[in-house]
Amino acid sequence: MQHVVYSLAGASLIAAMAFLTPGASSVASENGTSNETLKSPEAFKSISDKGERSVALFNEMGKVITHPRCMNCHPRGDSPLQGMNMQKHQPPVVRGAGGMGAPAMRCSTCHGAENVPFTGSEGSIPGHEVWRLAPPEQAWVGKSLGEICRQLKDQKRSHMTLAELQKHNATDGLVGWGWNPGDGRTPVPGSQKVFGALTQAWIETGAECPDV
Amino acid sequence: MAVKFQLNGKQVSADVEPDTPLLWVIRDTFGLTGTKFGCGIAQCGACTVHLNGLTRRSCVTPVSQVDGGMVTTIEGLDGKEARAIQDAWVGIDVPQCGFCQSGQVMSATALLKEIPNPSDDNIDQAMAGNICRCATYVRIRKAIHNAADTLEG
Repeated sequence: MQHVVYSLAGASLIAAMAFLTPGASSVASENGTSNETLKSPEAFKSISDKGERSVALFNEMGKVITHPRCMNCHPRGDSPLQGMNMQKHQPPVVRGAGGMGAPAMRCSTCHGAENVPFTGSEGSIPGHEVWRLAPPEQAWVGKSLGEICRQLKDQKRSHMTLAELQKHNATDGLVGWGWNPGDGRTPVPGSQKVFGALTQAWIETGAECPDV
Repeated sequence: MAVKFQLNGKQVSADVEPDTPLLWVIRDTFGLTGTKFGCGIAQCGACTVHLNGLTRRSCVTPVSQVDGGMVTTIEGLDGKEARAIQDAWVGIDVPQCGFCQSGQVMSATALLKEIPNPSDDNIDQAMAGNICRCATYVRIRKAIHNAADTLEG
């Protein structure tokens, strides 16, 4: 398919954006591949102490949980982050009702049901049904992995039993988007299948948390 | 495969590739050039339309995603909020070069439909994604307040 690119007045607005939204240019600057691997639960069988194995499993899950692709929508405060450097989202948007943005500037104003490659430039705009922020009680940014772990186990904050958490990690589409983030974005390491298996193994070993 | 949707109240059919941006279809297929191309990456708001009553950046919307939906562009914008916004825009000469203004009007009208008497914070949040190179932001905010006043009156 060949698209016509409107370039005259548009170039003026892009120039304005370069001035007003310094983060915009880095949206498509990632290499699109993950440098990390995600070990499967079998890799931890050599740890004989059950509690230590559980902590090790959660530390491995932490490669996914603390990845910017996941953290960016578990922000502290009311604005999402973006990019591997976790900069403030551009345009500046707010959480709003249900984590879906403000009237006339909802997440759905830009984010559709799927990733959409840009036309005329590299990169893509991310999307998934339904694009939204995690609630404030599930904020992760600024917390240690141990704090996040205890937060996940606290049903008052996670709103999930451990079994529901496992299902969430293993099957939820918005979680799965992390492995399919669209052109120009680095995916989280491994696969959702392995992440789900790690979560299951962590629960089966007592769901122990790292101290820090 | 033809994509069918309502455009400004009329049923239309576009026989284009499903990943064609809605903006291309609006402008090239149907000749409605009021909606502008600015950045192409949903960062400036110039391409804002209403999809099923909510704001939507048409430059990053594959036309397949509006199949069966209702699209309103600046040419089809109607109703008391739209008239109030347009009158307020004219009243204090909001536009300078004007290129971004159709997107600004689409966002402002959508805001007033949801919040008839918006605060400055409401306005800033709603309009945060509509960039104006001429920096008419102060007049935009004033005009939205003026429009809200006329709706109340």
